[in-house]
Amino acid sequence: MARKITQTRKTTVTVIAWIIGFLIFFPILWTILMSFKSEGDAIKAPLAMLTSHWTLESYGEVQERSNYLRFFMNSVVISLGSTILALVIAIPAAWSMAFVPGRRTKDLLMWMLSTKMMPAVGVLVPMYLMFRDFGLLDTRTGLVVVLTLINLPIVVWMLYTYFKEIPGEILEAARMDGANLRSEILYVLTPMAVPGIASTMLLNIILAWNEAFWTLQLTTSDAAPLTQFIASYSSPEGLFYAKLSAASTMAIAPILILGWFSQKQLVRGLTFGAVK
Amino acid sequence: MNKTLRALFGATALLTLAGVAAAETTITVATVNNGDMIRMQGLMDDFYAKNPDIKVEWVTLEENVLRQKVTTDIATKGGQFDVLTIGTYEVPIWGKAGWLVGLNDLPAEWDKADLLPAIAGGLTVDGELYAAPFYGESSMVMYRKDLMEAAGLTMPEAPTWADIKAAAAAMTNKDAEQYGICLRGKAGWGENMAFLTAMSNSFGAKWFDENWNPQFDQQPWKDTLSFYLDLMNEYGPPGASNNGFNENLALFQQGHCGMWIDATVAASFVTGKDSTVADKVGFALAPDNGLGKRGNWLWAWSLAVPAGSAKVDAAKTFVAWATSKEYTALVASKEGWANVPPGTRTSLYANPDYQSVPFAKMTLDSINSADPTQPTVDPVPYVGVQFVAIPEFQGFATAVGQQFSAALAGTTSVDDALAAAQELTKTEMTKAGYIK
Repeated sequence: MARKITQTRKTTVTVIAWIIGFLIFFPILWTILMSFKSEGDAIKAPLAMLTSHWTLESYGEVQERSNYLRFFMNSVVISLGSTILALVIAIPAAWSMAFVPGRRTKDLLMWMLSTKMMPAVGVLVPMYLMFRDFGLLDTRTGLVVVLTLINLPIVVWMLYTYFKEIPGEILEAARMDGANLRSEILYVLTPMAVPGIASTMLLNIILAWNEAFWTLQLTTSDAAPLTQFIASYSSPEGLFYAKLSAASTMAIAPILILGWFSQKQLVRGLTFGAVK
Repeated sequence: MNKTLRALFGATALLTLAGVAAAETTITVATVNNGDMIRMQGLMDDFYAKNPDIKVEWVTLEENVLRQKVTTDIATKGGQFDVLTIGTYEVPIWGKAGWLVGLNDLPAEWDKADLLPAIAGGLTVDGELYAAPFYGESSMVMYRKDLMEAAGLTMPEAPTWADIKAAAAAMTNKDAEQYGICLRGKAGWGENMAFLTAMSNSFGAKWFDENWNPQFDQQPWKDTLSFYLDLMNEYGPPGASNNGFNENLALFQQGHCGMWIDATVAASFVTGKDSTVADKVGFALAPDNGLGKRGNWLWAWSLAVPAGSAKVDAAKTFVAWATSKEYTALVASKEGWANVPPGTRTSLYANPDYQSVPFAKMTLDSINSADPTQPTVDPVPYVGVQFVAIPEFQGFATAVGQQFSAALAGTTSVDDALAAAQELTKTEMTKAGYIK
């Protein structure tokens, strides 16, 4: 028998959900508020800061000092590039693991995931040397490759989970109708898994956009994305909170907007298969 | 004009343009986000007018990110940068390792002899200058003249630690959020350990004896840490174990600190437009204990050319321009004398215009009173006032800083913090082969 949900319970749950949502969003909200203050006001106590004069001067200074568009375009290219490349590799890999698993498939999946557990700095020097020797330092190509590699385990795992939900009989039927492997993946599996692929793609774009270790270490100017744009506004000696907040707001705005418009897709994808 | 002639002219023009483009050298300069560095980026027209064949690409980063990135690049000879902004800590280590290009051959008009001896000494290895100082700093006491006057006290020009304690006690009014003294407490080799190492020099303490044995188990270190903790617990702001340069700057600017002992470069901030106490600030030398050493440090942000650069000549041209007397005059003409990069040249302090800047004399006196080659009361085997110029220092000094920060937060005692510092430093120095 279905349990009856009382109005009070519903209201309580809603209020708790809003409070949790607000707490999660609070650092971003505070960053945005601080970006509209002068450096002197940004360091004041919270109440004094909120009641002080609002200004766009930090945005003006950031625009004047940095070429935002160049950093932005680099972020777009490396996020999209690494996501597309990861999908091209991960879709066949996940198909194979989901529909023709071997004895070691589970071990292989775990091993792939375990590479995410290693601290990135542990392989910094060998990676740097390889990038130097291949001429990939400070190039978009280099970053696309490295971001593809670091996000690939998650992409394969997510796609594997989605593909497991698709009945194998449908693919068998396609094969009986004469579909070869390429057609099976391209025209049968992929259209059925579009919601899963879309949410994986969105998540991967967000991860690549926010990646701040390799993008800082392997670039200088030509391929530097928005993470470096933000890092350039932190100062060891001198006030910088307002300008840093303005730079951060400008850097996260595109991805926040993307996340806002695709939230249904993201939630659907991330909770896929969670409740059966 | 017939078509052939026109085509010839066109081709010649194109070839000339291509030649100009090919002759242009682009150098990449790695720098930190400090006011003086940012100001330089706005004055590049002067450099381009004098050097139309050199283009400068700036990479501005947070200090620790820059340090890590530049270290990786220089150690692997990645060649990503042509000019590096580095500190007094890195220069002797990297110079000795052959990672930097010597700068003794900069043009005569650059006037190497004009550099302040204390600053130049910290950037020289075996007679070779490995970095050109862009701005230099020491540390000093910044205090509120109005609060001192209200307490009936006068700050000596060269105070002792006892003077500082008495002044802190007199200026503290915790109910009004008025704290007698603000000092660094945040853990880090360049944060609390920069201050405490410089302070310990004036108490007769040292990091190592002449055989590289750590000295945290000796009385001078106990005296240093006990005095610091008493001072901060009695008269410092709450949560001081999280305070670094910027946090204390904010507190001082908002009028919460009676005194602040920190970098001389802060003088222009506490007297600047964002400060609510700009017209009430006085300056004094860092304190001593009558042992012949003051508790002030010495640092210079300097420009160096990495050995992996393929554009050494262009890089040296830029370094010579950015650290020249002419550049100082350029800043003065555009932004005023108070904003010129301080602490590098003798001629600047002989300039009557600059002498009228309120903190000029105290900055020079502070820099001159620091000696990186003989930083402590007793002889030591290392160079560096607020650091020990060995590659391992960053790692274990930050770990020691965490112990001392914990003592300030009240989660460990003076004795336990010193014992832990002694143990971990000894372990690291043994591992590194300094202690046999």
